[in-house]
Amino acid sequence: MTVILNQSFTGISIGAVLLLIALGLTLTFGQMGVINMAHGEFIMTGAYTTYVLQKSISSAGISLLVALPVAFVVAGLMGALLEWLLIRRLYTRPLDTLLVTWGVSLMLQQLARDIFGAPNVQTHAPDLLTGNISVGGGITLANSRLFILGLALLSVLALTLILRTTPLGRRIRAVVQNRDLAEVSGIATGQVDRITFFIGSGLAGVAGVALTLVGPIGPTMGTNYIVDAFLVVVVGGIGQLKGSVITAFALGVLQSVLEYSTTVSVAKVMVLVAIVAFLQWRPQGLYTLRTRSLA
Amino acid sequence: MSGLSISRRGLLAGMSAVGASAALSACGAKTGDSSSTDAAGAKADTSGSTVKVGLLNSLSGTMAISEVTVHNALLLAVKEINAAGGVLGKKLNPISQDGASDWPTFAEKAEALIKDDKVVATFGCWTSSSRKAVKPVFERYKSLLFYPVQYEGLEQSPYIFYTGATTNQQIIPALDYLKKQGLTKLYLVGSDYVFPRTANKEIQAYAKAKGMTVVGEDYAPLGSTEFSTIVNKVKDSGADAVFNTLNGDSNVAFFKEYKSSGMTAKSMPVLSVSIAEEEVKSIGTQYLEGQLTAWNYYQTTPGAANTKFVAAYQAAYGKDKPTSDPMEAAYVSVYLWKEMVEKAGSFDVAKVKAASDGITFAAPEGEVTVDGASQHVYKTARIGKVGADGLITEVWNSGKPIKPDPFLKGYDWASGLS
Repeated sequence: MTVILNQSFTGISIGAVLLLIALGLTLTFGQMGVINMAHGEFIMTGAYTTYVLQKSISSAGISLLVALPVAFVVAGLMGALLEWLLIRRLYTRPLDTLLVTWGVSLMLQQLARDIFGAPNVQTHAPDLLTGNISVGGGITLANSRLFILGLALLSVLALTLILRTTPLGRRIRAVVQNRDLAEVSGIATGQVDRITFFIGSGLAGVAGVALTLVGPIGPTMGTNYIVDAFLVVVVGGIGQLKGSVITAFALGVLQSVLEYSTTVSVAKVMVLVAIVAFLQWRPQGLYTLRTRSLA
Repeated sequence: MSGLSISRRGLLAGMSAVGASAALSACGAKTGDSSSTDAAGAKADTSGSTVKVGLLNSLSGTMAISEVTVHNALLLAVKEINAAGGVLGKKLNPISQDGASDWPTFAEKAEALIKDDKVVATFGCWTSSSRKAVKPVFERYKSLLFYPVQYEGLEQSPYIFYTGATTNQQIIPALDYLKKQGLTKLYLVGSDYVFPRTANKEIQAYAKAKGMTVVGEDYAPLGSTEFSTIVNKVKDSGADAVFNTLNGDSNVAFFKEYKSSGMTAKSMPVLSVSIAEEEVKSIGTQYLEGQLTAWNYYQTTPGAANTKFVAAYQAAYGKDKPTSDPMEAAYVSVYLWKEMVEKAGSFDVAKVKAASDGITFAAPEGEVTVDGASQHVYKTARIGKVGADGLITEVWNSGKPIKPDPFLKGYDWASGLS
């Protein structure tokens, strides 16, 4: 029983990481249909932002809290710049976008290598987040995982509120559903695109901050997560936030259960096989919404 | 290996296929033009007042982070030897070639060093793949390579001297240590490729013969950064200690998870075989403090030879630069070759080989002796503990240098291993 409970928590915490790295992508890929291969490098940007801030703010706890909004803005601005410089010229050519953003991803990795050096850097986790809570019955919950879970849920909530209740969210949804109609209604679609990309990339930055608690921080760290992030969005269904949320937690639990009973490699294979089978049955993903570029 | 972005064993695994084909293409491509000029063309040039030695390291590409430090250590040794009068009265002229982290390039550059530069000996290589790629080149031209990195054993080329540890000088002593500490229930965690799987096979055989138990064995794909389940399994296993053969980035994720799950070096120590001073820096001492490592040398190893080595290295390359096991083995390899040449009274490869047995050198790691038969080196195994300052301090050593046994012939329990 303890094992089952511990593993379910592990599954949920893997799911939270998946959700956090995929959340930004549900906007840029899911809503806008842009295949942004540099998404992983925005995650890396967030992680390095944490590192830089920690060098100037000695308290690990405060620097982590400060890093969340700062990383959001830094990664968001980089995303907006990328959109303005390159992606907006390529909205009608999704395959070119893929190649261009992949090139950008390589350039950003090299840039990080030049600035911070090729070896990984380390940040100090606040003491509060390196421990764990024992909830009795031999079940322990790692604080860092609880933090990531909370952050992921908070981000989903914030994003949902923005999309559902604000004028900006209404404009984003309008552009996604029918760009031409939105444009004739007086919405500056180019500006909306840029803001959407800003938020999506910013969320990747936030994910990067969280990942400093569990993973390595180095120039190639983004590549560790990019495939998983796309998997979540594709399985969840393009353009649907709830699809990504359900998928992230489902994949997390599936992965942890399989890993416990088999090995990591076998579990990875089985999860991929399950995904392929699922997409054969439901190519459009869990939930679906008509979008302009990936109908 | 340092920097953890890609480790030497990591590359070894990922590139083993490439490495194998590299070795093949290296032979294949060059046989045509080299066969006619073999003997004469490759004769080392010892006529002048200087002799050339080849330094073959990756100065660019993914392995550069690690191999540049080895290159630095080699240059330091050459500089010191020259300052002391050279070898047989001749100054050494180091010729650096960049293997570029690419195994066919290693083979090509090795051939260039031997044929064009007519070097008397070559020092370098890091990954086993690069060593396997240049091995046929050195064997064909009957030229010497000194290889400074601990490796998986099971190899013995007549034209390679191995100055790093083989398995019976690192992994087996580490097991002896754990057993002596009463830590007899082990959990094996490793990256999923040939080195950890081979090492763990040896550990299983050892455990079976010596009354230890392996309560679990898990592999994560290279680059894997999700260790919560493996750590849960380790935690539930009731093991006394973890034997860690993970490589690269995975170590970072593993140790972060390990700490946040509440396990410590006290409750269940982790003994790692691929974490040296530089890796400690990039994982974070916060996560590693108190954990164990197995090597033959640490920056903190006591002795005048090491004090001098660390001081000379840091004076040349920066005060905050750590020294590590592979660097030390590289530094020592140049001195060992010098002793062999002086004993032989000649740079001739056959004479140097014949003179190699019993050559000793007061190395930073302690006295090392060349075993002429296996062309490996007697080395003292040292178990270390990571301190709060990121340096590793020794907690146990094998007392005397261990005779190298690359094929584990001297161990009954290993007879079933291939």
